Amino acid sequence: MALLEVRNLRVEFPTRRGVLVAVDDISLEISEGEVLGVVGESGAGKSMTGSAIIGLLEPPGRIAGGEIRLEGERIDNLPYEKMRRIRGAKIGAIFQDPLTSLNPLYTIGRQLVETITTHTDLSEADARAHAIDLLSEVGIPAAERRFDSYPHEFSGGMRQRVVIALALCVNPRLIVADEPTTALDVSIQAQIIALLKRLCRDHGTAVMLITHDMGVIAETADRVAVMYAGRIAEVGTVRDVVKHAKHPYTEGLMGSIPLVGHDVERLTQIEGAMPRLTEIPTGCAFNPRCPKAFDRCRTERPDLLQTDGATQAACWLYDRETAYV
Amino acid sequence: MSELATEPLLKVSGLARYFDVSRPWLARMIERLPRQTLKAVDGIDFEIAKGETFSLVGESGCGKSTVARLVVSLYAATKGTILFDGVDLSKLHTRTDIAPVRRRMQMIFQDPYASLNPRWRVADIVAEPLRAFGLEADDAARRKRVDELLRQVGLSPADADKYPHEFSGGQRQRISIARALSSNPEFLVCDEPTSALDVSVQSQILNLMKDLQKRLGLTYLFISHNLAVVYHVSDRIGVMYLGRLCEVADAHDLFAKPQHPYTRLLLDTIPDLEMTGRERVPVAGEVPNPINPPTGCAFHPRCPFAEDRCRQEAPVLRQTESGLAACHAVEEGRIPATEAVTPPQLP
Ligand SMILES: Nc1ncnc2c1ncn2[C@@H]1O[C@H](COP(=O)(O)OP(=O)(O)O)[C@@H](O)[C@H]1O
Ligand SMILES: Nc1ncnc2c1ncn2[C@@H]1O[C@H](COP(=O)(O)OP(=O)(O)O)[C@@H](O)[C@H]1O
Ligand code: SF4
Ligand code: SF4
Ligand SMILES: [Mg+2]
Ligand SMILES: [Mg+2]
Repeated sequence: MALLEVRNLRVEFPTRRGVLVAVDDISLEISEGEVLGVVGESGAGKSMTGSAIIGLLEPPGRIAGGEIRLEGERIDNLPYEKMRRIRGAKIGAIFQDPLTSLNPLYTIGRQLVETITTHTDLSEADARAHAIDLLSEVGIPAAERRFDSYPHEFSGGMRQRVVIALALCVNPRLIVADEPTTALDVSIQAQIIALLKRLCRDHGTAVMLITHDMGVIAETADRVAVMYAGRIAEVGTVRDVVKHAKHPYTEGLMGSIPLVGHDVERLTQIEGAMPRLTEIPTGCAFNPRCPKAFDRCRTERPDLLQTDGATQAACWLYDRETAYV
Repeated sequence: MSELATEPLLKVSGLARYFDVSRPWLARMIERLPRQTLKAVDGIDFEIAKGETFSLVGESGCGKSTVARLVVSLYAATKGTILFDGVDLSKLHTRTDIAPVRRRMQMIFQDPYASLNPRWRVADIVAEPLRAFGLEADDAARRKRVDELLRQVGLSPADADKYPHEFSGGQRQRISIARALSSNPEFLVCDEPTSALDVSVQSQILNLMKDLQKRLGLTYLFISHNLAVVYHVSDRIGVMYLGRLCEVADAHDLFAKPQHPYTRLLLDTIPDLEMTGRERVPVAGEVPNPINPPTGCAFHPRCPFAEDRCRQEAPVLRQTESGLAACHAVEEGRIPATEAVTPPQLP
């Protein structure tokens, strides 16, 4: 049994002009200790998927279909209080802006100790010792002395380290990290990625790593799901998706990334832009931009299919009935 | 360089810009605080030849945007000179002196949302430099020029009557480029022009910029924190750290034979998209506060090669085997040669 199982998840936004579907029938799994990357361009529905899993969708956004199971138990239909406890004890969250997760009025030590004593049986003194250990583990120099500092007394990179400590302090089974390094400078970004990878390996924590940056995924994830217009376009191991992409969108995306040492005059270009939610084409959402589109793509929507490589892709090219006709 | 080398199009010498970041006067008097100066750019030299792309790369706060703004005269220099096609920009004072030079250099900004006036139609945005420099005085000629510019950047003349909010980020950046090109400049300063865009849109804009450079013979000062982007677009590259240049070299040499320890650190942060399994050891530490930069070489608290001399004496750019580097250890031959960043195997 997978640690996290998402089946046919649908997230909607009712608006005056009708219902917008931000996440459309997504299924995915994360095993114990696995890092699943979720990558895609802005507006693809990555954050909505993550928020649905941690139960923090902002109204009027709502889960309109499907189910989410953690360790076999449904968590998508729980009352707020119950979900809050699960979120505290079993699912940690890391966001792009560390200040989302930190209370500016309390010292970081107090926030850690409170979280630990709420969700475990540790005494206040043990919680303090554990918190200090964690702070040094995430690379806060002189952790004992910085214990009583306030969030604003740290740099952006150091704050994100504190947030990682906070996410890990009760030993959750899963961490959902939404663009955790996007706001940071490249050298700090590399430090935080290495840290997150090492800690989750040491603690056996699974991670859902949401980012628009394929580089971060390549460095960190075991498997990756590529999202496009609210759906998963392709999923597979990182190596297979990065080196042997099968979905035309993933292929174009990989070619559009400039690489050091790779001398090309022009980068691969996908014409146009991802459609807004109000203008999603029928059939395959990628069809107006797809160089390989054929008739069926314009009328029928593909689900994930096994490709002729190692990945699965939502693309009619890999349907044995219609491919290559 | 050949002896026939022509004058560079842009020549920057000893350029510096300091900002007064003191608390307000009264607070300073009450709390007995001294004045505080932030040296955003502190004495840099570089040249850009005609038709070349020269890039500045470095982490945020190192002074890249300040250099960009100095070059297009949005800021006045605290020290140093900027020669554009042999003309000293600081010697131009009257509007009539400045206009003919300013027409020849334009700037593209990072944020395509903030840099376009939301209440203007695209036609007026693109034609604004034409008005400012008194080019294409009659309406019909101006409209014709706008249509031509929009087509040139991959938009359609029909877009001229729309407002910025009707466009995506990538299309807005095309509008900025059309505006920048309207006065027929030779030189474009591009400050992180694709940093706010998704990668697939970034590739469209980078391709467009390369096409335009070839077609119109443009010279670029390109600014980015993204090393792979800089590798892709540049002929030569300058690496900045805390307001100074630490290394300048041809793009290939910089990546194949990085000299300065900070350049090596930066190159080590490039993600391994080739899946070579290369293990990286990220360098510890963060960029220090620019108001109180470290003494001597500003990089010394993070540098694995730092010695006493580094803490006392600021290094200056000197010739190396592949370019220029400002580092005592490089000068003293104390740094082991690095392996080149492994070139990828093509599929
Ligand atoms: N409150 C809202 N009302 C309507 N649409 C929204 C709202 N919040 C987000 N969306 C839309 O949902 C889609 C998915 O958003 P998101 O999950 O944040 O994308 P990503 O994280 O991949 O950039 C986007 O098209 C976005 O515009
Ligand atoms: N107008 C200003 N007033 C005070 N400080 C400034 C101003 N503009 C930039 N700075 C400071 O100068 C330094 C360099 O900034 P900038 O040139 O924007 O760097 P970059 O573009 O490389 O991120 C930073 O420390 C920044 O805070
Ligand atoms: S289903 Fe058709 S349009 Fe969609 S990606 Fe595959 S080939 Fe292209
Ligand atoms: S001058 Fe010294 S501290 Fe600075 S980069 Fe060179 S070796 Fe390091
Ligand atoms: Mg998001
Ligand atoms: Mg800048």
